Amino acid sequence: MKSKDLLGRRGEELAAGYLESLGMLVVERNWRCTEGEIDIVALDGDALVIAEVKTRRSLDYGHPFEAVGPDKLARLHRLGSAWCRDRELRMPLRRVDVIAVVDDGGGEPLVEHLKGVG
Amino acid sequence: MVLGRAYSVALVGLNGYIVEVEADIGQTLPAFVVLGLPDAALNEAKERIRSAAKNSGIPLSRRKITANLIPASLPKRGSGFDLAVTMAVLRAANDIKATGRTVFIAELGLDGRLRPVRGILPAVMASVQAGYPDVVVAHANLGEASLVPGANVRGYRTLARLALDFGADPQELALDFEPEDEAGHGDSEPGAQTVPDMADVSGQGEARRALEVAAAGAHHLLLTGPPGAGKTMLAERLPGLLPDLADNEAMEVTAIHSLCGLPSSAVQLVRRPPFENPHHSATAAAIIGGGSGLPRPGAASRAHRGVLFLDEAPEYERRVLDALRQPLESGELVIHRSAGTAAYPARFQLVLAANPCPCGKASGKGLDCTCTPMMRRRYVARMSGPLLDRVDIQLQVERVSLADFGQAGAEEDTAAVARRVGHARRRQAERLQPLGMETNSQVPGRILRGALRLPASATRILDHSLERGVLTARGYDRVLRLAWTLADLSYRDMPDTNDIGQALGLRQAASAAA
Repeated sequence: MKSKDLLGRRGEELAAGYLESLGMLVVERNWRCTEGEIDIVALDGDALVIAEVKTRRSLDYGHPFEAVGPDKLARLHRLGSAWCRDRELRMPLRRVDVIAVVDDGGGEPLVEHLKGVG
Repeated sequence: MVLGRAYSVALVGLNGYIVEVEADIGQTLPAFVVLGLPDAALNEAKERIRSAAKNSGIPLSRRKITANLIPASLPKRGSGFDLAVTMAVLRAANDIKATGRTVFIAELGLDGRLRPVRGILPAVMASVQAGYPDVVVAHANLGEASLVPGANVRGYRTLARLALDFGADPQELALDFEPEDEAGHGDSEPGAQTVPDMADVSGQGEARRALEVAAAGAHHLLLTGPPGAGKTMLAERLPGLLPDLADNEAMEVTAIHSLCGLPSSAVQLVRRPPFENPHHSATAAAIIGGGSGLPRPGAASRAHRGVLFLDEAPEYERRVLDALRQPLESGELVIHRSAGTAAYPARFQLVLAANPCPCGKASGKGLDCTCTPMMRRRYVARMSGPLLDRVDIQLQVERVSLADFGQAGAEEDTAAVARRVGHARRRQAERLQPLGMETNSQVPGRILRGALRLPASATRILDHSLERGVLTARGYDRVLRLAWTLADLSYRDMPDTNDIGQALGLRQAASAAA
């Protein structure tokens, strides 16, 4: 595994733990379909949360949040619908969250969380 | 999170309006949105602000930043809003304390330096008038901004220093960055301008006299004569004869120069009447003001309270010359464009110079002239009647003779003539201020033949000319105006027959040629 993939994996791990610490239930990780991948699917009470995790070693190439553009957001919403179809679930309360992890290797990684974007 | 708020000034023409900038930081993905009719330069502010803040040690929030400029309906131009938007955004992120009613006017460099902007003087004037006397500008604009009475102006070189004074954390700020002020607009010391001297003009007694009368009474002037007679030379010496500008006049002139980015406005008020000498290929927009979007001032406004000299006047487009009739009448130019209407003052003294014909040789006997009579008439007719109607003095200038040319240094210098002019201006002001005017050229015929009526014995030649049809009623008034100026120049309380005779000479010379 390449080191950037390892970093991403570690970030997703951290994000999943973070969401659970908020009292959410992580339902599925790295769900794939033809259109793409959902990093984390979780339940926050009645609401279905489609979470995208962005991990960076530093802020030199911009903040992780800046990597989530309008295209990416639209795709996450579509993926949310696709996941519900796949599982034959009706989830009227659905939202997209973005989690930024900045992990410079030393010390505690920094986790930031934006709820219900786009 | 708080709502950030800061103030700036938007200029529409010379009128400034207070603009309130509010900034909000939303809990969503990063973006920077500027609302409220921003133009391209203001939209680019986003990138300037982001870099400037980062390089000053106070990076902007990584969230959605919304900046709103109020009133939204007012078109906002240029980079002068950079600083106000930055301060509002920093306040919204709680990086600095509230800025209260302070007005911010400066452009930001990517390195976090504050750069000077144009039109600081009218902007600060507007903000003082609107009840916002505390103004922060770039250090290079400090001199100009401080000219405004009642303003409490502070100048800064960097965003970091400014943020420090508004309570930012000194640990994080990049305070060791101290840029030099750039030369060029803003900080350059205007060198003592060398005003051309009347002593350089040899001979031309009649023209010298006409110039003195024009200066004393603020009369518009037309000089007709062959190439090389010294028309341009004479015209260039007119501003030197005019008195210094009064405080309010100096403010107006400096405000226009500031808006045009002329270096003369940088450190002190413009005290000397300006001289504008546009080329005859100039368009109407260049002379009276214009341009896309919000109109900018033209040469006529830059010559406000000074001299507008149109050399080779018949070579100008007729449209351009006729466009000058409005400011000659009202002292103001109102220009309409898509983005709005701007009014610029344009109370200038017009000096026209013209050759007698296209080949320029039709003076004196005109034996060398190759122009047909038709060509000559067309040439002179390009200056329309209504325009020339407003020109009090119309003078023929001949080539200087060898006898006069030899005696260099024998002529009176500018200072001596200017003294007489100054005195004549004071006499006029004493007489005319109760009537609400300043110079003889402004006095309408109604008053010339009413409150200032001369005894019939003095006006006998005039009445006679009017009767014979040599002089029109308008020409009659014009001669009276000139006669008053001539009397003022020779310390007489009222024009006598002699003054009227001279005045008649000053305007008949050209009408005979035309």
